[in-house]
Amino acid sequence: MAKLWASPHQERSRPMAQTATTSKGMTFGEGGSALAFAALGFLSIIIAAKAYTPEYAFHAYLFAAASVASVFVIVNRYFERPAALPPLTINGKPNYNMGPVKFATIASVVWGIAGFTIGLLIALQLAFPALNFDTSWLSFGRMRPLHTSAVIFAFGGNVLIASSFYVVQRTCRARMVGDISPWFVVLGYNFFIVIAGTGYLLGITQGKEYAEPEWYADLFLTIVWVTYFLVFLGTVMRRKESHIYVANWFYLAFILTIAVLHLGNNATVPVSIFSPKSYIVWSGVQDALVQWWYGHNAVGFFLTAGFLAIMYYFIPKRAERPVYSYRLSIIHFWSLIFMYIWAGPHHLHYTALPDWAQTLGMVFSVMLWMPSWGGMINGLMTLSGAWDKLRTDPILRLMVVSVAFYGMATFEGPLMSVKAVNSLSHYTDWTIGHVHAGALGWVAYISFGCIYCLVPWLWNKKELYSMKAVSWHFWISTLGIVLYISSMWVAGILQGLMWRAYTSLGFLEYSFIETVEAMHPFYIIRALGGAFFVAGSLIMAWNVWKTIISAEAAVEEVHPAQPALVAAE
Amino acid sequence: MAHDKHEKVDAVTGVATTGHSWDDIEELNNPLPRWWLWTFYLCIVWAIAYCIAYPAWPLVSSYTKGAFGWHSREAVEVELTALKDQRSGMTAKLAASSLEEIKQDPEMFAFARAQGKASFGDNCAPCHGAGGGGAKGYPNLNDDDWLWGGSLEQVHKTIQFGARSTSDQGHSGSMPAFGRDGMLKREEVSQVADYVRSLSGLSTEKGIDLAAGAKVFADNCAACHGDKGQGMQELGAPNLSDKIWLFGSDKAAIIEGLNNGRGGVMPAWHGRLDDTTIKALTLYVHSLGGDQNR
Repeated sequence: MAKLWASPHQERSRPMAQTATTSKGMTFGEGGSALAFAALGFLSIIIAAKAYTPEYAFHAYLFAAASVASVFVIVNRYFERPAALPPLTINGKPNYNMGPVKFATIASVVWGIAGFTIGLLIALQLAFPALNFDTSWLSFGRMRPLHTSAVIFAFGGNVLIASSFYVVQRTCRARMVGDISPWFVVLGYNFFIVIAGTGYLLGITQGKEYAEPEWYADLFLTIVWVTYFLVFLGTVMRRKESHIYVANWFYLAFILTIAVLHLGNNATVPVSIFSPKSYIVWSGVQDALVQWWYGHNAVGFFLTAGFLAIMYYFIPKRAERPVYSYRLSIIHFWSLIFMYIWAGPHHLHYTALPDWAQTLGMVFSVMLWMPSWGGMINGLMTLSGAWDKLRTDPILRLMVVSVAFYGMATFEGPLMSVKAVNSLSHYTDWTIGHVHAGALGWVAYISFGCIYCLVPWLWNKKELYSMKAVSWHFWISTLGIVLYISSMWVAGILQGLMWRAYTSLGFLEYSFIETVEAMHPFYIIRALGGAFFVAGSLIMAWNVWKTIISAEAAVEEVHPAQPALVAAE
Repeated sequence: MAHDKHEKVDAVTGVATTGHSWDDIEELNNPLPRWWLWTFYLCIVWAIAYCIAYPAWPLVSSYTKGAFGWHSREAVEVELTALKDQRSGMTAKLAASSLEEIKQDPEMFAFARAQGKASFGDNCAPCHGAGGGGAKGYPNLNDDDWLWGGSLEQVHKTIQFGARSTSDQGHSGSMPAFGRDGMLKREEVSQVADYVRSLSGLSTEKGIDLAAGAKVFADNCAACHGDKGQGMQELGAPNLSDKIWLFGSDKAAIIEGLNNGRGGVMPAWHGRLDDTTIKALTLYVHSLGGDQNR
């Protein structure tokens, strides 16, 4: 498997004749991180021994095992590597570091399938509750955060890390900063996912939506994320281009803001270092407001800004057309960034949140409509002069449909934030339909497009193993999305209308349980849509795998400036 | 634009680029679409207008109330008051009338059933089912088989004070645990279980001594369930001869009841629901399941 990650042009994979002449020393990064991991491993073992609960002890053992493995890998890597670190350039061309990108790309495919499948399971559980098999492990309350975290943070997060490390290097014409640190970002992030996911299964949660992991996982993620920020920023600063490409603005905004949101919403006080439990410092409606400031900006900066960055690189690249408007990208970037951060209170309409704060959330959401559409216009109009490619290139079709879904979801969002509409839509399945229009249509489709582009480029293949399979993936999952969102629209509006229906005598017409019963057929249709989506992702995984193991290498450079296999001897 | 002087023009669209190229990606220097810009401005103007009309700006210890003086809590209050006003005439009539009077007056009876149905959905349906169809351990309210009596007064009392509830005035008495507490031997439990099945004409196990079962029944069960198993409403002892089974008719379910006893709880609603609502519930439930005393 190791050869899957190795780039043929990396220094260390070449036989080094001059090793004898250069004295070899451990870098600060190698020594420092080995020491840090040794300390973490030691601490983890102490915590494991004194942990209050067996679940927490299990996590401490995982930390200990990962730390020991890290020390071993770092030291081993040091002894195996040549004296000199990989050069920044080879023959004047940047010597890109693509190993971590490859890992995150594969991880995103694997996590994607896991996350979609768990989503299918909980969709079926809502239609047929017996499918939790009377176990706490498979109960909806544990499976639901497992689904959301797996699709948003594991699948989406790995796509973002992979694509950002790829794009920042190529558009800056510079090798990524750091030697150990990019790997720490990728592996550490995925380790965090494992801790979060196993925690949900074992019942460890702080009960905050999309921020369920407890304090120790949050703390670890903070270290990973700050490293991510530094690697990205360092690479931007090392750039050979005078200007920073628009995709990198979006990546930077995403990384920076997520750090701030993560710290604000996870300000907790642990019960003890030996306990997984912690208490949030915010209370009551303040906590609700902080939670939705976080929650909505997870949508705004993780699921929007980050994936807009993907759009800004991969659509022009695939269409081989210039970005439609530089000016639009500036205006919509800054207005999007400025307005998103205020929109969170619209999740708390008609609650204990003061009216003035609800107004704030609503008006900023409405003003956000055009900044969002600016991205859509720039994405779609980039195809002017290349629309014919949609007929022949299913990858481009995936990405264009993705941008169309982005436009639809970002129109629906401001609409639903209007209080009069929200009074019908809130707490209904309409919200679920809206979220999935964005999640399946926009986020997943642009990610699929990105993965389909990246895999042949990274593994130096001419093209994907099968373009026909991409077409099948596209049509099957599009059918799935249509079934999903249309059933949830109908279900949600029906639900909202039933809840507010009064008889002529002035009594509620339906009891709650009757509205639940009415949802049953729609929940089945939704699960069917989910099954189609899972099927599509399996086709993708097969296609990606076949591409990677195919023997045929790109004869010529399909992707310009991919460093050729020069200077190998 | 500072980059205009590069004047590199895209051949397909004839639009100038900014002159930059990142990994072969260039940017056109198109202006902002007019419709986009004007819609953006319009949204901003609308937002400002909304902030003037509605509560918007936080102040030191208060906030701007908006031109309309709208307040979400007051808005709910207005809607709830309007509903209350709509119902108040009939509610007052219901409060002043007896259950029998309400039942005889078609207008009041229709109102009471409507109110009862709404309240039943919120309070009773979780156990008794949306239509009062019941579930294992939770009586069916449609079948005119009443544990504690099916007259208006009896249903009213059961809803008010419950059974085996926290209220002193509720029904008490439960099925003892004959097996667990050593009152009956294993074999006797088996015999009497078959005998009980035979009361409603259900098949019995081959070779079982039904006469022995009948003796066990007469000695232990008849005091509450009656000598023919016809039940006794004063004690909430079910009729065992009518083919209606609260916990199931198979022998295993009957043996389980004999061994461990039975004693489901109906909560007391007096104090949790107002008197008129309980009256309405009584009439609604009564209308579902008929009345033995009619």
